[in-house]
Amino acid sequence: MSVGGAGGGSGGGGSASAPSRAARATHPLLAPNPGLRRRKLVNGAMEGTATLAALIAVAVLALVILSVLVKGISAINLDFFVKGPAPFGQSGGGIANSIVGTALLVAMASVLAVPIGILVGIHTSEFARPSVAASIRFALDILNGVPTIVTGIFVFGLLVVGHVQSGYAGAFALAIIMLPIVARSAHEVLSLVPSSLREASLALGVRRWRTVLTIVVPTAASGLVTGALLGVARVAGETAPLLFTSSIASNLVSTDPSQALASIPVSIFTLSEEASPAAHAQAWAAALLLIFLVVVLNVIARTLFGRSRARLGATR
Amino acid sequence: MLASVASMALIALLVYKVFDQAGESISHFGLGFVGSSVWNPVTRRFGAASFIYGTAVSSLIALLIAGPMSVAIALFLTELAPMRVRRPVATLVELLAAIPSVVLGLWGIIVMAPFLNGTLEPALRSALGWIPLFSGSASPFGLLPAILVLTIMTVPIVAAVTREVFQTVPTELKESALALGSTRWEMVRMVILPYAKSGIVGASILGLGRALGEAIAVTQVIGDETGIHASLFAPADTLASRVASTYQGATSTLEISSLAYLSAILLVFALIANAIARLIVRRTTVRMRPAGPGPGPGPAVTVAEGKA
Repeated sequence: MSVGGAGGGSGGGGSASAPSRAARATHPLLAPNPGLRRRKLVNGAMEGTATLAALIAVAVLALVILSVLVKGISAINLDFFVKGPAPFGQSGGGIANSIVGTALLVAMASVLAVPIGILVGIHTSEFARPSVAASIRFALDILNGVPTIVTGIFVFGLLVVGHVQSGYAGAFALAIIMLPIVARSAHEVLSLVPSSLREASLALGVRRWRTVLTIVVPTAASGLVTGALLGVARVAGETAPLLFTSSIASNLVSTDPSQALASIPVSIFTLSEEASPAAHAQAWAAALLLIFLVVVLNVIARTLFGRSRARLGATR
Repeated sequence: MLASVASMALIALLVYKVFDQAGESISHFGLGFVGSSVWNPVTRRFGAASFIYGTAVSSLIALLIAGPMSVAIALFLTELAPMRVRRPVATLVELLAAIPSVVLGLWGIIVMAPFLNGTLEPALRSALGWIPLFSGSASPFGLLPAILVLTIMTVPIVAAVTREVFQTVPTELKESALALGSTRWEMVRMVILPYAKSGIVGASILGLGRALGEAIAVTQVIGDETGIHASLFAPADTLASRVASTYQGATSTLEISSLAYLSAILLVFALIANAIARLIVRRTTVRMRPAGPGPGPGPAVTVAEGKA
């Protein structure tokens, strides 16, 4: 990687006369440069490689989404949404229990994680000393890096051992995963709020906490929603933390969180491990539903974020 | 504030509880657990070696593929692509990160595995069969599909972080190189890459952390088998996927405790990887740009691009 400064060095000789692009080709100092051809070839090859890599990434995304779309859409019908899984050996049925379960789990996790996350974000961006804020943010990053399966084991040990699997345990595990996402993005958004706004409010004699509550937080509100939505989008697709906490669920639609709740990701997981094509078709349909949900949440979050960013950028 | 203290306490509790659950297994097997490759619920002998091997091989090779590829994507997005294309492609790459792992795993089982089994693995074996990695009979489940799935999962993360690091390279430096007559690639090699080196390393380790801990998608494609095989085609298992696949089948408290032991090992690996990565990334971005990078949504392309 460190080789080959020669080409750049010899090109440097011509810079004194600052030739235009057209003139450079015929300039006596540059024209007979024997390495130029090779350098341009290398350049072209590298540009091609980079472009190719980006194309591959987009192609893989397209491939995954297309296969989910094509295979999923044929299995989607009304039964899919309103019926529970068919009894063993029968065809048909749906994943209504999982849809309801995911909605409940994610809602409970959000109730737990969003307020705490936003409070942590407010603390780190408004109140804490910079060194303290930095270490809290570091800890949040670490929490974000804990493998989700380990989170599952943790909650299993905390809430499930000695009891039964429950929707509460599942939601708690999801909330742990959500917390760092919400807190981090809340911090980012709040630190975008111009300090002139804070100072104006403080100069008028408004107390610190009221400034935060009535000036800073409303200014950043849509950004805070973004963080919450990103958190929801992330945990809606999580399987690993639910395996140990809320996976042995009934096939009936249940809204009782003291029992294990079914969920879309866990259903996809178990359906995909089965051998029958009918199960696979259902798995694809569930995957389509899940991707649709996650992508919609992401798009909404991005739009909101872009909007609040533009607004804050304008006031700065 | 109380919320912050609570989240700090949560982390401590998490680490404590995982090790606490592993306690029975730790006192039973000690450190020999790490060196043993047996996993037999019947004789109640458990060991982590084959899973550590699977985890290391799958995530390191995935990173070897994903790292250069992500750098290339990030270069394309910051230097090559026309302005109109940059935002949409960057968003698409980030959406790839948002695909739930269970969906990727499903795709891996049903779409990718037959292709690997029928086409790619026989081709690799006839071309490179003399390398032990590519010997052995093809199978739909094994390390190779796991590596590919992990690659797909890590590329968007590494690419997104690398792109942000590249955007912090001062335009003057890039323009100076171009003004001295270097080609664009020479500018990349001599200005951008050295400048962003530690950021790229940090991003890669971050990706490694994600790959290490991925349980679901790997479980779906790796075949869940104990033992260390040289071949990438053979079914294997990783720390995370073993925990995930045994979730309902654990028969004794010792086995459950051993699963927790596996989680504890995994937790240590992941924490080290993440801590290093975050420290590196933070140091570079703080040094270059006071306002940290955005959380998930990429920041608007605000860097004034003199040369497009």
